[in-house]
Amino acid sequence: MSEEQFYSVSSSPHVHSGASIHGIMRDVVIAMIPAFIAAVIFFGLDAVRLTVVCVASCVIFEYLSRRIMKRNQTISDLSAVITGMLLAYNLPPSFPTWMAIVGSFVAIVIAKQLFGGLGYNPFNPALAGRLFLFLSFAFAMSGNWTDWNYINADNIAAITGATPLGMLQESTGSISFLSSNSNILNLFLGRVNGCIGEVSSLALILGGIYLLWRKVITWHIPVAYIGTVAVFATILYVIDPTGNASPLFHLFSGGLMLGAIFMATDMVTSPTDKSGMLVFGIGCGLLTMIIRKWGSYPEGVSFSIFIMNAATPLLNRVCKPKMFGLKKGKA
Amino acid sequence: MIETVLAITCIGFGCSFALAIAAKFFEVKENPKIGEVNNLLPGANCGACGYAGCMDYAKAVVNDDAELNLCAPGGSDVTASLCEYLGKTAEAAEKQVAIVLCMGTDDVAKRRFEYNGIADCRSAQLVGGGDKACTYGCLGYGTCASVCPTNAIEMINGVAKVHPELCIACGKCISVCPRNLIKLVPAKSTVHILCSSKDKGPIVRKVCTSGCIGCTMCVRLTKEEESISMDGFLAKIDYTKEVQNKAIVEKCPPKCIIDTSNN
Amino acid sequence: MNILKAKFKIHGGVHPKYRKELARNEETKRLPLPKILRISTTQHLGAPSKPVVKKGDYVKKYQLLAEAAGFISAPVHSPAAGTIKDIVAGTGATGTPISEIILETNTTSDEDLVGVFPTNDWNTLSPETILNRVREAGVVGAGGAGFPTYVKLSPPPGKEIQTLIINGAECEPYLTADYRLMMEHPKCLVEGIQIICKVLNVQDAHIAIEDNKPEAIELLSKYIKDNGIENIKIATLPTFYPQGAEKQQIFAVTGKQVPSGGLPSEVGVLVENTGTTVAIYNAVVKDLPFIERTTTVSGYGIENPSNVIAPLGTPYQDLIDFCGGAKDGVKKIISGGPMMGFAQATTETTTTKTTSGLLLLTAKEISQYESAPCISCGRCIAACPMNLMPAELSQFCEAEDFESAAANRVMDCMECGCCAFSCPAHRPLVQHFRTAKAFLRAQPKK
Repeated sequence: MSEEQFYSVSSSPHVHSGASIHGIMRDVVIAMIPAFIAAVIFFGLDAVRLTVVCVASCVIFEYLSRRIMKRNQTISDLSAVITGMLLAYNLPPSFPTWMAIVGSFVAIVIAKQLFGGLGYNPFNPALAGRLFLFLSFAFAMSGNWTDWNYINADNIAAITGATPLGMLQESTGSISFLSSNSNILNLFLGRVNGCIGEVSSLALILGGIYLLWRKVITWHIPVAYIGTVAVFATILYVIDPTGNASPLFHLFSGGLMLGAIFMATDMVTSPTDKSGMLVFGIGCGLLTMIIRKWGSYPEGVSFSIFIMNAATPLLNRVCKPKMFGLKKGKA
Repeated sequence: MIETVLAITCIGFGCSFALAIAAKFFEVKENPKIGEVNNLLPGANCGACGYAGCMDYAKAVVNDDAELNLCAPGGSDVTASLCEYLGKTAEAAEKQVAIVLCMGTDDVAKRRFEYNGIADCRSAQLVGGGDKACTYGCLGYGTCASVCPTNAIEMINGVAKVHPELCIACGKCISVCPRNLIKLVPAKSTVHILCSSKDKGPIVRKVCTSGCIGCTMCVRLTKEEESISMDGFLAKIDYTKEVQNKAIVEKCPPKCIIDTSNN
Repeated sequence: MNILKAKFKIHGGVHPKYRKELARNEETKRLPLPKILRISTTQHLGAPSKPVVKKGDYVKKYQLLAEAAGFISAPVHSPAAGTIKDIVAGTGATGTPISEIILETNTTSDEDLVGVFPTNDWNTLSPETILNRVREAGVVGAGGAGFPTYVKLSPPPGKEIQTLIINGAECEPYLTADYRLMMEHPKCLVEGIQIICKVLNVQDAHIAIEDNKPEAIELLSKYIKDNGIENIKIATLPTFYPQGAEKQQIFAVTGKQVPSGGLPSEVGVLVENTGTTVAIYNAVVKDLPFIERTTTVSGYGIENPSNVIAPLGTPYQDLIDFCGGAKDGVKKIISGGPMMGFAQATTETTTTKTTSGLLLLTAKEISQYESAPCISCGRCIAACPMNLMPAELSQFCEAEDFESAAANRVMDCMECGCCAFSCPAHRPLVQHFRTAKAFLRAQPKK
């Protein structure tokens, strides 16, 4: 050993599993690709436009804001890319480009970097951007669906215009039609009106299975969320089948799959312990169904996740694992 | 319309009435002197006096539990005003400042390994005993600087330095330094030996070219004053005496003695 | 059938790359006696032993060098005949200051030794005599903690031991010293177990071995069966880290949880390391003090990884030279295993009774820490064998809120490293907890 050569000395442990934030985020990007493919199939170039614009503007805003705040650059951890993709998936295909850029600004700069960057944000940034756009540009977010004809299995142009949940809200679609098997199949595959990333439950579930296999997420939040919605919808349907849509309709319509698999499971803004995750998922499910059934908005996923994000610190404080070696009853 | 106005007015009056009663009923009787003494204190809440903040010290002073000269940031001015307010006499404590007794910057003192971990001196000390080759020297990760309430400590080239004009002698830096390098000395003392290494001369030279080698030159030059003595192989100044022979600054072979009166 | 599967599943744990094949299949080698030995007086938990020799003294092999200083302490004996050159201050493997006795060995003669009195039949010795031999031999926990064994074998009255577990798990990556001990000296191990059973009046003993050592399981099982021993069984454990941690191993084999802040004797169990058990055998049957131990020298940075028996006080550089020298590109030198061992600044540190491994690791085997923020992914919580919440504790430590860390039981953290191993943000979690513990221990008792 020469005089100048130093050994590296640190605290134990000296070996590592090889996991990295970059690796986790890369897996999430891969899991979101099936939904992107579905978006391009159903919505064409608009899907590409929105995704590219959102991803590019998110990455650029993160780079610029970190530079201005004189902090280290974090764009290589891919979290800005994911925020961009998730934000794009929450937009209707006709959404103007400049508004998408505004949404990216709110998501990255206001909801993430001003709090200190990844790890310090209390709310899911893509969700914050989406909600901001929803409250500020409600008409553009509502989709203006006139150019997409909604065709049912009998090849009859049933209703032009609204999304399935919109139809449920406004009672413009009959319950029996909305809950029919052909409609459910359309919902599952994604052949409906909606935001570009949320329509295809099939694509999203495929992504979710990939994430579970790679151990990026655990089953607790998606199962608790989707399970609660299924149970709630089943109870309503059993009580009144003519006034409520079937459980399968509720599971595959709207942003439930996108929200339960990709947005509610965001690590920074959801509880860290498994028991907290279950409470979180159940809370999201309850709020979603309450808003869908009795609230004035057709879709409740965004608001319910946002509200539960606010409850995460409390859940972290209350739902803790029981330490090894302590008697029952002690924290 | 008129009913609404009347209703709101009545609610308003009712609430303010209730608040007034509650204020009187639940009032905590406190000696008004405490508040006034608190106003005489600097309000730094630094804890140097040994009490939990200025209000706590004010309470102790009024209850005759504390000396009047404990406020380090306030110094003799505050001691004088407290004496005047309470009608007592007390001798003002001598103004002190903190000083880091090490000058082993990265160009003169060696490191012995590549440290990978938390940039905090207390944490670094736990990893292999700290990455400084000298086991007594300043690690330089700035924990003292981060706790100083007046930003008086600057990290220069891997060693902490206290700016005495900003120091309020609160003692926070002393409590966090894992190597106990920082000491409180009288503000009027200008001569300091900036080394804390108790190792023998040859060992010191191997790890730092600015460290005290125990040659006792300074002790001999100040023999009449008796202001410097040896603690093993380390020379130490007796701060109750004034160092008069300033020639020790030039004569010290590793040049670890400074005289701040020239600045 | 004397093999049974441990039934209880521990929460958490991780699967590092074990790399045990590096130093697994060769016989243990003996290091030729080094010229200079620097024997530390801090070879155990508790008060450092007090030297009873001085500079210039000539000592014989096995002679007492330093006596125990108090109840929780142990004596240290000379591994070879030679002259005491000096007693100086030095730095130990953990970075703390220690006192070293420098011995210049008489390498020409191995016969100059203090008289020993081996016994033909240890069954004739009383438990008190056995305990005395263990104490005077300076036997301490060789697994890493270095707790004086005779104290452990004297549980307080009222705490009867029902089960003895011999820890043959060796869950740390790279290390195979205990495995080789089981393969090469089954007689010493099994007789050592029976000696402990006699002292504690225990009926049941288990040798806990991970299932990645099938040869050792088979060999020991056959030895026990061939010798008609009824009271010792082999408990096979699933392989993962930290299967060898005392509390976790007790739970895996018996299903009992040692209470927080308590000792295994409170649930009637005693755990002893394989190396310690063999040292007990040597002390009782051969009347030999604890003066040498097997160390696994391994890692991709050493030419010939192997297990080496070396006397106490051997400089690490001598072990490295004996194993063919270091290759280029060694980034870290570790005393112990890679999960809980101590990184070294120099190879001048010397072996002690608890040096189970010496690892020379290259850059691709280690990883660097970063001070990145916590993303609350929860992997550390899933990995923690004590069921704590490392993510939250590390955030408290970063904010210097050590009181909240204490309220969330940071003092129960056993510093196994599973959390930092799993952290995608590469946060130095164990260092955070050590800082918190040092701060809390320095507080005046309330």
